[in-house]
Amino acid sequence: MDTKRNLIYLDNNATTKVDEQVLEVMLPYFSEYYGNPSSIYRFGGLNSKAVKEARETMREFFGAKSAKEIFFTASGSECANMAIRGILAADRSKTHLITTKVEHPCVLNLHKQLEKEGYSVTYAGVNSEGEINKEEIYEAVNEKTALVSCMYANNETGVIFPVEEIAQKVKEKNADTKVYVDAVQAAGKIKLDVKDTQIDMMGISGHKFHAPKGIGALYVKSNVLISPLIIGGHQESGKRAGTENVPEIAGLAKAAALASDALEFEATKVKYLRDKLERGILSKIYNARLNSSTYNRVPNTTNIGFEYIEGELILLNLDDYGICASSGSACTSGSLDPSHVLKAMGVPFTALHGSIRFSLSRFTTEEEIDYTIEKMPLIVDKLTALSPFQKELRELKERKGII
Amino acid sequence: MWDYSEKVMDHYRNPRNAGSIEDADAIGEAGSLSCGDMLKLYLKVDDNGIITDAKFQTFGCGSAVASSSILTEMIIGKHIDEARKITNKQIVDALGGLPPEKMHCSVMGHEALAAAIANYYKEDVKTAEDEETVCHCFNITRTFLEEEIKTNKLKTLDDVINYTKAGGACGRCQGKIKEILNKINVEEKPQEKLTKTQLIIKINNVIEKYISAELRKDGGDIELIDVEDNKVKVRLTGRCQSCNRSRITLTHFVEAELKKHISDDIEIIQV
Repeated sequence: MDTKRNLIYLDNNATTKVDEQVLEVMLPYFSEYYGNPSSIYRFGGLNSKAVKEARETMREFFGAKSAKEIFFTASGSECANMAIRGILAADRSKTHLITTKVEHPCVLNLHKQLEKEGYSVTYAGVNSEGEINKEEIYEAVNEKTALVSCMYANNETGVIFPVEEIAQKVKEKNADTKVYVDAVQAAGKIKLDVKDTQIDMMGISGHKFHAPKGIGALYVKSNVLISPLIIGGHQESGKRAGTENVPEIAGLAKAAALASDALEFEATKVKYLRDKLERGILSKIYNARLNSSTYNRVPNTTNIGFEYIEGELILLNLDDYGICASSGSACTSGSLDPSHVLKAMGVPFTALHGSIRFSLSRFTTEEEIDYTIEKMPLIVDKLTALSPFQKELRELKERKGII
Repeated sequence: MWDYSEKVMDHYRNPRNAGSIEDADAIGEAGSLSCGDMLKLYLKVDDNGIITDAKFQTFGCGSAVASSSILTEMIIGKHIDEARKITNKQIVDALGGLPPEKMHCSVMGHEALAAAIANYYKEDVKTAEDEETVCHCFNITRTFLEEEIKTNKLKTLDDVINYTKAGGACGRCQGKIKEILNKINVEEKPQEKLTKTQLIIKINNVIEKYISAELRKDGGDIELIDVEDNKVKVRLTGRCQSCNRSRITLTHFVEAELKKHISDDIEIIQV
């Protein structure tokens, strides 16, 4: 496959390409301005200025009140660990946590680990559309609840959770309970605005919106105390030691500024293409079902289940056409269990293993979407013919009035 | 990204013998929709017991389709009793290897073939209800696990998950799997410490039980002369003496049987 010419990248919730303008901003900090921001001379000062400016850009991006509330990290996973462990270490009197069943592994597996360490955890579920059962969270809040962690948008379905409302209601029940929001899949797709909310902490990751891999940022409200994970120098106000990753910090800020400018484009053009892809596939393929049809989704994501065929095989066939997507199928990940998100939603097992996530970006073109809509039925036809469930497929066809 | 061999990619891209046989003489199934992969194998068998046609339908990943596809190629033209001897390892080898996490795909092929042959002979297949289920996520019985552990020489929990899927989802049965693993691996261990006399008795038993009877069918036989460490000295007698394929018999059959039942490092020396 000629990857340069033929690549159609519809897996932007996994990672994105670095915007060329981002790369351009970063490059001088590798070779020309390589000083340490902590140094006293002017050569180091150039770097501390770059970090300072980037922090201000990120303040704007989060909609935070002060740049002091922004901490640079290396990833979304680090944000989650720094925030959650940071809160627990700062106040050891509280032993209960609440999160959701559909969090990203960086939050979910951390909670599993915390259970082993003696904390009790309540996992709130979702409905069949992938929307959070808010009441389950509120009901679970008690005087021992240290923290509620809830994602802003789900990585597999794109469903947006009402995190402001959740934070508000949680505080009404226990004003001491802190709220962490994993906004990795929301950042760059919808506007973040933390300042007038009850959200205490929010984490994002640069490589999901055209910054490079290895850079993230954590917002921590100024009156919220967290203990640092990484102890060492004074960097990041002593909350995260280690010499600042200046090129990537500069890159993250540029990517954030570009993403902010493109939010309108995301909400219109990207959404138009996502909806076109969705409609195209659903109208042409009788055994396709939308796993979440809720209106309240990030504009770039769709998750479609193909009944009685298996996801990895769909991906391998898409790959032969140069199309990249991802699957909640057990087989693709190497784990034998299918997606915990689709399982929590109760996606029927006929479609569970054959679910495909397409995630677009502002670089996705209409030609690419048209090409995917054209090829998808060919792939599904080929794989459906291989399926041992011919009887069930025929019944499905009859139910849909096709034969 | 899986590191699939060219052969695997060729077979999932261009599956051979996909489809069903209307008037099949035998049908075998393995796996299920909820488990994430399933294979249905159809056989056409002639009056002499030769498999004249085989077709498959598979719900599963690339390596599941490739395993099914190559399996049909391996069995068409074979006598049904010959086909029965095909192991999952032979399926893997024919595909030029599978990633460790995908070994269960070859096991599924082997399972469906066994089910089809049992169906052909109208043998009773033990259903899961008659037996102790170890892994409830994938509906895997103790007998099946023990067989797979023994034939594929599985040593660790990860091996078992990769080959059979058991324990790979909720993980609740992992303790039980470890117990089964320990039991089997302990049973096999003491053999390393056999004295020379014990070893000679054991080898003689295997010869008597598994080897002689086969050789006698062709008018030959075998005699154990001596054992030195892992070197087993034997003499072929009767018609085997003059048979020009005796070397092949020794390595492919006698040595293989002794390796299977006693120890992997056994070497046969003809005297």
